[in-house]
Amino acid sequence: MLLVIEQLLNGLQLGVTLFLMSAGLTLVFGIMQVINLAHGSFYMIGAYVGATVTLHSGSFLLGLAAALLATAAVGMLVEVTVLRRLYKKDHVDQVLATFGLIMFFNELTRIIWGRQPLFMDVPSWLSGSVEIFPGITYPSYRIAVIGVGLLVALFLYLLFAYTRIGMQIRAGASNREMAGALGINIKMLYTLVFGLGTLLAGLAGVMAGPILAVEAGMGESILILTFVVIVIGGIGSVRGAFLGALLVGMVDTLGRAFLPTLLRLFLSPAYADGAAASLASMSIYILMATILVWKPRGLLPAHA
Amino acid sequence: MFRRLTRKTYVLSAGALLLLLLPSIMQLVDEPYLISLFSRILIYALAAVSLDLILGYGGMVSLGHAAFFGIGAYVVSIFSYHSFDGSPLLTWPLTLQGQENALLTWPAAMLTSAVLAAFIGALSLRTSGMHFIMITLAFAQMLYFFFVSLEAYGGDDGLSLMSRNTLAGLDLTNDTTFYYLCLTLLCTFLIIAYRLVHSRFGMVIRGSRDNAKRMQSLGFPIYRYKLVCFIIAGAAAGLAGALIANQTEYVSPGLMHWTRSGIILIMVLLGGTGTLFGPVLGAAAFLLLEEVLAIYTAHWMVYMGPFLILVVLFARHGLYGIIVGREKDNG
Repeated sequence: MLLVIEQLLNGLQLGVTLFLMSAGLTLVFGIMQVINLAHGSFYMIGAYVGATVTLHSGSFLLGLAAALLATAAVGMLVEVTVLRRLYKKDHVDQVLATFGLIMFFNELTRIIWGRQPLFMDVPSWLSGSVEIFPGITYPSYRIAVIGVGLLVALFLYLLFAYTRIGMQIRAGASNREMAGALGINIKMLYTLVFGLGTLLAGLAGVMAGPILAVEAGMGESILILTFVVIVIGGIGSVRGAFLGALLVGMVDTLGRAFLPTLLRLFLSPAYADGAAASLASMSIYILMATILVWKPRGLLPAHA
Repeated sequence: MFRRLTRKTYVLSAGALLLLLLPSIMQLVDEPYLISLFSRILIYALAAVSLDLILGYGGMVSLGHAAFFGIGAYVVSIFSYHSFDGSPLLTWPLTLQGQENALLTWPAAMLTSAVLAAFIGALSLRTSGMHFIMITLAFAQMLYFFFVSLEAYGGDDGLSLMSRNTLAGLDLTNDTTFYYLCLTLLCTFLIIAYRLVHSRFGMVIRGSRDNAKRMQSLGFPIYRYKLVCFIIAGAAAGLAGALIANQTEYVSPGLMHWTRSGIILIMVLLGGTGTLFGPVLGAAAFLLLEEVLAIYTAHWMVYMGPFLILVVLFARHGLYGIIVGREKDNG
């Protein structure tokens, strides 16, 4: 029971991290109709900047602020210089150009920070653990990550549903020309949306810093998971991204934790471990394939 | 029109002649080790042409093409592993022994890739556009992780081949022989693909790329046509994989990592989509550029990345478009 609750929380934590990544990416997909492979690079940039500033200043909050600023700034710069020129091009061109961006950013981090991964400590004020149920403790840092993720989800909901800028973003998504004709500065809006997306990716990156090793190429593994989340949730839908992220986070974490035990009931231990490892690493893709057979446009498509 | 045709014929004949004479040229300039680099180029060219078939003519942007490439390579290596080991590959439902004969293992590689392409294609082709890109990508990653966790065949570390496959009467360990074999297979596939895209089948595929609704109204079951095209491309990529396993005598899950799919896609775009011969050029350009940049700096990707962005922004029709000029009949 203890293990189950702990793993459920781990799944939730992976889920909210994935949500931070996929919220920004799904907006870029849905609103600008552009496929951006380089989204993982902003996660990496966030983690590197956050880790470096934290190591030098000793303050995690300062590192967090620097990382958010840096990812938003780099994101908007990339939008203005490269992405903006891709909106009207084929998806193939977008894939190729953003693939070029990945190569560039990965190699640049190797030049600046070297090939050795950086390690970041959990800030001292979050290094303890909390007793969530009598007898069950859980690291405070991970609880903080879950809290931040849920707060961001709430913030995005309020932003889109109740604010003027949210309304403009929705208007720009459903009809770019019409929104432009009504006096909305679409170019500026797109840059802001892209900046918001990269900022969220940067946030996910900094928060993952103390949990994972910070290294070049760390963005790609989460990028693929993010794609799975978006395909499951439906492209362009933030609610879909939230649902998809939690599903993927849970299935992945619980699969890795419990499949070996489960398979040992039927198979010999040596064989079960191998099969469980394979099955666990493939579980989210199987989930995606199943959902696609049932709903090819995802669970909560944006323009249903 | 006539001038363009002449120019195309010129360029193609010059290219074919160059590829034919290459081993002798390399002997002359005393750099015979470069032959294996050119074999690699031909192998990647085969994979790139097969991707161009679905991408350029079918409009199916697959970012998971390396899955078929990797599967082909793994099939050959697993056969070879069991042949050396002496243990059976399968005992149920039928007994299958290891095998070194290329006439058996390479078709087996193509068949396995084709079956896999049928499965992945059947699911992915239910969608289109951005969904299709991401789903093919995700399926390829699924296979990647499957092979990473497959400890029996080396897992993350990959699998080394004890020797290259045997092919009746040919010495595949000789790099020049191997080069000519790759060249023959590439040319064969180019001819097949050329005939295919200019056949009725090809017309339907191209029609469904340009206007799927109209083709459907005309009564063509475009889903089935596209699926068959996807399977053919998958089988060809599987053959390329079988060749690369023989060329490097080593396979690893890295062969089907999504960045590999990205690189094959780059080759197609660099050469020119929907041109068939363009991707050969693209493969050569990419691998040679990589080789040259790597001489000067370990950080060659920092230059390659912006170069690709510039290609997208300013050289829309790829190298083939620059050299041959834009064709009226480019698919």
